[in-house]
Amino acid sequence: MDLDALAGCLSSSACLVTQTTSGLIIGMLLFLVAVGLTLIFGVLKVVNFSHGAFYMFGAYFAMTAYQLTGSFALAMLCGAAGTAILGLIFERVFMSRVYGADVLMQLLVCYAFVLIFDDVVRIIWGPEFRSMGMPAAFQVMPLFIAGGVVPPYYLLLIGVALAAAVVLGIGLSRSRIGKVIRAAAHNPGMVSALGINTGLIYGGVFALGGMLAGLAGALAAPVRSLTPGMGFSVLIESFIVTVIGGMGSILGALIGALLLGLIRSFGSLGFPLFTEGLMYLFMVIVLVSKPTGLFGKEAA
Amino acid sequence: MTELEAGRAETLVPGRGVTTVWERYRDILIALIAFAVLASLPLFTGSKALLDFVIRCSAYGLFATSLNLLVGYTGLTSFGHGMFFGLGAYSFGLIMQRLGVPIPIAFVATLAITAVVAAVIGAICVRLKEIYFAFVTLAFQMLIHSTILSWASFTGGDQGLRGGIPRPVFLGVDLSNHIHLYVASCALLILGLLAMRQIAQSPFGYTLRMIRDNAARASFLGIDVWRAKLTIFVLAALFASMGGMVMALFVSGAYPEFAYWTISGEGIFINMLGGVSTFLGPMVGTVLLLLLNDTVTRFTEYHGIVLGIVILFFALGLRKGLLDFVAEWFAHRREAGEGR
Repeated sequence: MDLDALAGCLSSSACLVTQTTSGLIIGMLLFLVAVGLTLIFGVLKVVNFSHGAFYMFGAYFAMTAYQLTGSFALAMLCGAAGTAILGLIFERVFMSRVYGADVLMQLLVCYAFVLIFDDVVRIIWGPEFRSMGMPAAFQVMPLFIAGGVVPPYYLLLIGVALAAAVVLGIGLSRSRIGKVIRAAAHNPGMVSALGINTGLIYGGVFALGGMLAGLAGALAAPVRSLTPGMGFSVLIESFIVTVIGGMGSILGALIGALLLGLIRSFGSLGFPLFTEGLMYLFMVIVLVSKPTGLFGKEAA
Repeated sequence: MTELEAGRAETLVPGRGVTTVWERYRDILIALIAFAVLASLPLFTGSKALLDFVIRCSAYGLFATSLNLLVGYTGLTSFGHGMFFGLGAYSFGLIMQRLGVPIPIAFVATLAITAVVAAVIGAICVRLKEIYFAFVTLAFQMLIHSTILSWASFTGGDQGLRGGIPRPVFLGVDLSNHIHLYVASCALLILGLLAMRQIAQSPFGYTLRMIRDNAARASFLGIDVWRAKLTIFVLAALFASMGGMVMALFVSGAYPEFAYWTISGEGIFINMLGGVSTFLGPMVGTVLLLLLNDTVTRFTEYHGIVLGIVILFFALGLRKGLLDFVAEWFAHRREAGEGR
């Protein structure tokens, strides 16, 4: 424990800014992964245990696209689109077969794909650590805000994630497709009786969830190292986020992700070895006091 | 699984008659025969690898079967059962290293520690339903794992408990001798399985099944559901801890991986592989998974793909565990035979 370091940081504006932005980065990436997870759970009632793999594929797709074309925008697009297609195929071919089956069966199918996807990445891209490198456009002087260092790429990352949150929130509550999705989550039988292809909705939601995770992976590719199995810690953390925020709640995912990001960045100062433990402790406290999560509905 | 269980319930509740005596001692007889076969194995083969395999099966088998008490019998899908496996290994290792007491005392002390920890964690967890129960148990598991990693001065951190666990001779049993260790593991496995079988077939075991099938009705009938769930949570933890101790004795150490969530994941997987509706399903699953792991890693470095495809075969093809599949197949055949 190093509480002096934590107190020292809290009293210095430079450190405060630096730690807060790094917390926001972690939180925003987590949000993108977790919101897909929570969306899939809300509509399909499936806990997608293989969600971390989409994050991983997003990062690898982006890296390869960037190396081939040299365009950062194209790399992001590839990461998101590639995982969306992957999500659609995965849902239609495999997951759709275990709806209504035992929850354990669904978990087992996902677990199988976690193992398979990790090895596929190992075969295609090799087992060693890879890095995409920071695109030239962002290799500029960092900004200084109140004495704290903020790389411009961080601002882009936060901006993109926030935009995704807003589009998703408004899209789900206002647009026609959003309404259909919410209706399908509530009563799929009735929606299907009204002549709407629920299979397509399910596939679409899974693809959307996969795309968001892929986008998170693509955005993270320049700042994190890529390795098979990289999706795993992200998966566990985004699980914590969805559980803290409440399964099925987008606002909950946002708040939960930001809280967790801040816990991680400030916790690493005060409790360098117990940072992960802090997250789990937080999760236990939330779950014990409110089992459905901060924004979860009762009896969901 | 529920239908099969319900059918079994009618035939297995001992009625008044000649069969009662047989049914009461059948399990003990089977256990004795199984132990005799396992214990005499070293007489026929000198293969250390085979004996090692059985020891590992004992450790994982105890763990997986105890998980089935929660998952299959009570309907409590614990995702953090591995924490007790890790806790058993670490407590036992630490007690032996630091205090140097005889092995049986360390064994009992570890069980006592596990019981206390499980009672505290269980009291918090068993109030919660289904997926939330799974998540909280997972969170506690990871909490214990992080504690092990961060409390390096006590637990050895990510290096694990090194330097070996002392194994002094007690009552003529020398656990540093490979054969002695092997026989002791088999004995623990058989005793553990027998005890769990007794729990599963006792009136309490049938209470658990009722809670699984309809908790509200059980509650109306005057059963304290919370207490029954907590009791089985603690009991299952004790057997998982036993498995952890066998593992610690086998590798002569304890590692953070023992407390990592993947152990719980493997436990669930073993249960699905073997089947949750028969008592010995998890044991079959354990042997299958360990065999699979051993053979696949020998042939390819990409064992994830092979293992994944096998899991898919079970999940999408059979849609149930192997022993469930066999049991239902026999049930169908018997029905067909009676119909004729």
